Amino acid sequence: MILHFGLFLGFQLVGETIARIFALRLPGPVIGMILLAVLLLTRPKIGTAIEKTATGFLSHLSLLYVPAGVGIVQYLDQVSEIGLPLAVALVGSTVLAIAAGALTFKYVNRLLGVADETPL
Amino acid sequence: MTDILDIWSYLAEGQLLWLTLTLMAYLVGDGCFRLAGRKPFVNPVLIAMILLTVLLKVTGTSYAIYFEGAQFVHFMLGPATVALAVPLWSNWQKVKNAAVPMIAALLVGAFVAMGSAVAIGAACGLRGDVLLSLVPKSATSPVAIGVAEAIGGLPTLTVALVLITGVIGAVVTTPLLNTIGVRDYRARGFATGVAAHGIGTARAFQVHGTAGAFAGIGMVLNAILTALLAPLFVQLFM
Repeated sequence: MILHFGLFLGFQLVGETIARIFALRLPGPVIGMILLAVLLLTRPKIGTAIEKTATGFLSHLSLLYVPAGVGIVQYLDQVSEIGLPLAVALVGSTVLAIAAGALTFKYVNRLLGVADETPL
Repeated sequence: MTDILDIWSYLAEGQLLWLTLTLMAYLVGDGCFRLAGRKPFVNPVLIAMILLTVLLKVTGTSYAIYFEGAQFVHFMLGPATVALAVPLWSNWQKVKNAAVPMIAALLVGAFVAMGSAVAIGAACGLRGDVLLSLVPKSATSPVAIGVAEAIGGLPTLTVALVLITGVIGAVVTTPLLNTIGVRDYRARGFATGVAAHGIGTARAFQVHGTAGAFAGIGMVLNAILTALLAPLFVQLFM
């Protein structure tokens, strides 16, 4: 467990370092994730070993957004005058983007003649 | 015996209290979520946020003091992002098979997220740096901050817009996709990750492992795409 956690942190560290060295606009953790994925695809045994830790950790991903979320109040004063148009833009665009993305996935899949993976 | 107020002021300045309360607020939120039969609008992040916000107001605690304690939870976002490599690996066959619809959904989802936010915002009278701050709001926050700086938006406003977008996405995605009849967990998760980054991904993991894996991929791909395309989008359309 500690070893697995160390692996995640280690890849984040490598990712941050690469982002700095090459002045990339991608965050270190995203680079770390891509590198870890490459490692797992070439060394599946490591994947099997860390799968349980990762699944447990990710099942509480929601929790990790709470501290930043509480910070929204910080910006409420700044936003209050333009709050309504911002809210309309955010709700509208999020609904449209999810719908457009999901429908595109579905119909491109159909065009390719692949069956839906119907779960329900 | 020490006065209770002395004890409070000692604890309220320290990290332990706000770290503990962050975990407890989340447990309350998660408990409500389970009690409500895992309904999407009973979002644990949203409930925890509201509880803690009220608590900070009532106790007159600043966000800076709160974050001293809560930063330990916040810090875990980094290793958690790295850990998304694991569901990506374990779903690799599915990912490979769905490469074409994923790329199409990424391009459409990312473009609609940016375009519709700006179009609706402009129609509602938003202008200038506020409007520009809306462009990267579907990307994960570290990317969005960098993009906002690069295109002349307001980075702090962008952070708030990113988080609110995530919460909206997490709340609306299930009823929305049920209504428009998309039942495939890959499509559902992926579109949610593209439009609502990590908070949407967290919601997808609550629903189904495959949805979570695809949401994580959608988040990462949209982070890359937004970093590359947002400046171009602004040049072309704004």
